[in-house]
Amino acid sequence: MNAGSPDTTEIVRHRSRLARLAERADRPIFFAFGLVGLVALGVILFFVIREALPIFRYVSPLEFLGPKWYPTSEPPVFGALPMIVATMLVTLGALVLALPLGFAAAGFVAEVVPPAIRDLAKSLLELLAAIPSVVYGFFGLTVLAPFVQRAFGLPTGQNALTASVILAFMALPTVASLAEDALSAVPKAHREASLALGASRWETTWRVVFPSAFSGLFGAAVLGMGRAVGETMAVLMVAGNSPALTWSFLRPVRTLTAGIALEMAEAPQGGAHYHALFMLGAILLFIALLTNGLAEWLCGRVTRRGE
Amino acid sequence: MRTHRSARLRRATEIVAFSLLGAAMFVGLLALGVILYYIISRGSGAVTWEFLTAFPRRGMTAGGIYPALVGSFYLTVGALAVALPLALGAAIFLVEYAREGVWVRVIRIGVNTLAGVPSIVFGLLGLALFVKALGIGVSLLAGALTLGLLILPLLIRTTEEALRSVPRNFREGGLALGATRWRTIRSIVLPAGLPGILTGIVLSLSRAIGETAPIMFTAAAFFTPRLPSSPLDEVMALPYHIFVMATESPNAWKTKDLQYGAVLVLVGLVLVLNLGAILLRAHARRRKVW
Repeated sequence: MNAGSPDTTEIVRHRSRLARLAERADRPIFFAFGLVGLVALGVILFFVIREALPIFRYVSPLEFLGPKWYPTSEPPVFGALPMIVATMLVTLGALVLALPLGFAAAGFVAEVVPPAIRDLAKSLLELLAAIPSVVYGFFGLTVLAPFVQRAFGLPTGQNALTASVILAFMALPTVASLAEDALSAVPKAHREASLALGASRWETTWRVVFPSAFSGLFGAAVLGMGRAVGETMAVLMVAGNSPALTWSFLRPVRTLTAGIALEMAEAPQGGAHYHALFMLGAILLFIALLTNGLAEWLCGRVTRRGE
Repeated sequence: MRTHRSARLRRATEIVAFSLLGAAMFVGLLALGVILYYIISRGSGAVTWEFLTAFPRRGMTAGGIYPALVGSFYLTVGALAVALPLALGAAIFLVEYAREGVWVRVIRIGVNTLAGVPSIVFGLLGLALFVKALGIGVSLLAGALTLGLLILPLLIRTTEEALRSVPRNFREGGLALGATRWRTIRSIVLPAGLPGILTGIVLSLSRAIGETAPIMFTAAAFFTPRLPSSPLDEVMALPYHIFVMATESPNAWKTKDLQYGAVLVLVGLVLVLNLGAILLRAHARRRKVW
């Protein structure tokens, strides 16, 4: 208490009954606060699914997985397969780049460099993660897409390949940071035992540390995948947004996220198109629950240190 | 002789392998450097005082980003106002009241899952719940609520970490003096954890200011001739402004300089906030001589 404030007992005496009640009810009050994350998750599930389900009044679930997406033709056709394939394509491409880079960078930070540089490297990776996705999209649109266009002689550089590369760098910090956590969680005794048996540091890293951290590394890969699947703005700006079904990395594609972002403004509220877009969101939500559940299970044994 | 050579081979393998690991790290940092260099070198010419304080003019092909900056500020602060009380309460429960068990595990999984929900799905929720069901309409308020939910898990985790770093005997001291648990938390634990909590707040602001997908259907307007006068007005926002200028404008190439300028301002804000967080964290760690 600083000098100017009234006497403490005075405050206590004048405290309202409500405050005194709160003082004793603190446990249930904070328990309710503790549930806020779960409640938010429940609300998201409820509202997205509630707005998504009416699409099945217009098309059957099987039709919704069809190969053609013409939401504004007459009659409209809602087949989400092109967007599902596009999302898979772009995510696969991103992981092919991000996983080796992320795991290797994590190995470097966890096993090679001294602790002082380790903190600096992790901070810089955090900055890479902090750059907003619209900025990645802008960079992809103005720098990478023209480059890809020229390199492959394509009519447009906005395609699945460009989106994959941009996504890879966006997922890289997630993968590297979680992988580093997994590697650092491997007990020191494992390394010491290996070194004592005459293995070099690299042999220890490669044959002992990486295999021991397998489940944590797998968890990092799964969460990196979740990042790539759910990313919107960058993909929207660089993937080209063609709703035609394609398996080629060099063609423009429209992912689930981009489809929602692109079309919601044109979809009349409460119409079939609107519900169809929410169903795309429900698919994304389902994938997110799946990847997070899997990662949670895989990382269960890894002690989660600060993120 | 043979063992000698194999030892050298093993040594060489190690050097090559570790170099490759380092190269991977370097590629990541190089990407950061290239992006930052590109944006700064192209954008710095466009960022003037007028650019920061003027409205867009001539169908957004000239002028500045003032309304987008103001809108982003309102949205971000609003999101924090929504999320902070909830996150503080949740973190206090997890650290101070909960005992490790099924409940805590379920809550933690819930928070982690919430953090993994794609940002566009938050946008859908905002549209279905705040804009439609609650009838708030496309507005600053709906956007702030949506962004608030989005940063909630990040804020819970960082606050939880901050409270956890406060030593146990601080609490014991408070309780031993006869203070109630809540009183101990309020007067001892929260002040001691404040630098860490502030770090989390700054990181959340940096996350919220750059998000575009959640505000596309809930708050953001292509152009508003005035600043918002109430929480129920649509607002311009810096990341959405960048998106629109770069993709939807029929003459995107004409506004290139404005786009670079806007991107530089956004990246600058995010970098400043993140550097602030790094410094705060360093400060929080240094103070820990207790």
